[in-house]
Amino acid sequence: MNKLTRDTPVGTEPVEITLFVNGEERRIAVEPDVTLVDAIRDRLDMLGTKVGCAHGQCGACTVLINGERRYSCITLAVMHDGHHIQTIEGVEDNGQLHPLQQAFIDHDAFQCGFCTPGQIMSGLGLLREGHVQNEDDMREEMSGNLCRCAAYQHITAAIWEVHERQDEPGVRLSEQREELLAAGGRVR
Amino acid sequence: MNPFGYVQAGNDVSALSYKVQQAGSLFLAGGTCIVDLLTQGALRPPFLIDINALPLRAITLQDDNSLIIGALASNSAVAHHPSVLSGYPVLSESILAGASAQIRNAASIGGNLLQKTRCYYYRDPSFACNKRTPGSGCPAITGANRMHAIFGTSEQCIAVHPSDMAVGLSALDAAIHTESSRGKRQIAIDDFFLLPGDTPDRETILEQDELITAVEIPATPFARKSNYLKVRDRSSYAFALVSVAGAVVFEGNSVKEIRLSAGGVAHKPWRLQEAEQTLLGRALEEGVIARAMESAVAGAKTYRQNAVKVDLLKRCVRLMLHRFREMA
Ligand SMILES: Cc1cc2nc3c(=O)[nH]c(=O)nc-3n(C[C@H](O)[C@H](O)[C@H](O)COP(=O)(O)OP(=O)(O)OC[C@H]3O[C@@H](n4cnc5c(N)ncnc54)[C@H](O)[C@@H]3O)c2cc1C
Ligand code: FES
Ligand code: FES
Repeated sequence: MNKLTRDTPVGTEPVEITLFVNGEERRIAVEPDVTLVDAIRDRLDMLGTKVGCAHGQCGACTVLINGERRYSCITLAVMHDGHHIQTIEGVEDNGQLHPLQQAFIDHDAFQCGFCTPGQIMSGLGLLREGHVQNEDDMREEMSGNLCRCAAYQHITAAIWEVHERQDEPGVRLSEQREELLAAGGRVR
Repeated sequence: MNPFGYVQAGNDVSALSYKVQQAGSLFLAGGTCIVDLLTQGALRPPFLIDINALPLRAITLQDDNSLIIGALASNSAVAHHPSVLSGYPVLSESILAGASAQIRNAASIGGNLLQKTRCYYYRDPSFACNKRTPGSGCPAITGANRMHAIFGTSEQCIAVHPSDMAVGLSALDAAIHTESSRGKRQIAIDDFFLLPGDTPDRETILEQDELITAVEIPATPFARKSNYLKVRDRSSYAFALVSVAGAVVFEGNSVKEIRLSAGGVAHKPWRLQEAEQTLLGRALEEGVIARAMESAVAGAKTYRQNAVKVDLLKRCVRLMLHRFREMA
């Protein structure tokens, strides 16, 4: 099968791409019309990332792409050849929950839990971006994640708690892990 | 999704040549608009040209204080850029008023300008739509039209341009830089977007094989005192019902220069030039503001569900002018 290469047009048939998913190099074959979330769920069998709307309207499919939070339902897998994709499966560190995951438990920040992977990935993206000064900013910056159960008060409480502790070690996705990710290394 | 071919263009020349070779192909930037429409079946291009490898991400403050923003700069990068925050607040505010953090991270400036209308009929291929399928009809004129235009409509189309950023750019007299095999050109934003007329499928003066490379904002004295105001159905992550971008320079208490542009009301950012004229040389007193409000909505044509936009636009103009008065 052909590897995707710059300036080499491909047809509608599958082409090989490489994704660094939670630090692990994964080669997969995808047709150009496969969205990133479908590649993650159906080709990589990683079901943590959810699909709520498939139209960029709910945030359930949020992942970090090269460290930035984005919706994986309105982007194509082929656009991310060689990119680092972080999903909810890669957030805990050697069996230890990330502080934001723990805060979701402590604040009872879910009911059905369907939106939770997206909320957590979005919260991690928000912490990395560093644009939030106060709780109002935080709510505005989290508006891209809907919760059908309306657990908003608890979700924002969890994120705010961790925001206020973000200089503690291990709160922003651990730096060591990030260096490895940036270098394209294996983490798991 | 309808299957399509794909290429990652390595440079502008190859991107433009694929566009010529592959009939019906589309450029792909952040994909947040286009991939959504592909999955809905509203767009069915046979081929996509991914332009993300092109070196068009720089945001550069020129020596003369004009700002050049590469077409692939992300909406987030522009909105949080120090030169934009300090020199062109309306640009930052209008971008941050749109979509969500995740979309702004992915979306490009060029894609934002060329994003497709949110008209329900356009986006659902089971309906007729003159924009999607020329000649098939416009169900919005007699149908669900609460979000639709009140200015510059035609019997073929009453859709609005949904971009918040474009409204901010229109208040700043921005220019669009483009490139094609025929060369480069710069287009004033007001000339760039078209009204629907008899060809609602044609939304800008961009040619089929023309690439947006950058947006340029001239160094204007009024950009620093500028502001964006957006009315929508929920306080975040919703398209504008009506919005207003404004920028002003005062001399003493009176308006020396002013720009007002409205969003959510037309097929393009709608400059409120008559309202601007009524304000020049005057202090922002209530009587003056009232005249500007009336001028802003002169010529509006409403449909069954969107008459509220006339009132909303007037109030937005008033609120903007009140904000400006406090800055005087
Ligand atoms: C749920 C949701 C809510 C949203 N809310 C808002 C909102 O409130 N306000 C708002 O303003 N926007 C909103 N948006 C729209 C969003 O801003 C656009 O989708 C985004 O800006 C498009 O940029 P992109 O780079 O992803 O474009 P793409 O999807 O990649 O492209 C869009 C179009 O532009 C063309 N194109 C892209 N780049 C170029 C170029 N350099 N030269 C020539 N052609 C080009 C493509 O061919 C395509 O036709 C929302 C979107 C979603 C999904
Ligand atoms: S599933 Fe992607 S935003 Fe809803
Ligand atoms: S917890 Fe059920 S959708 Fe958020």
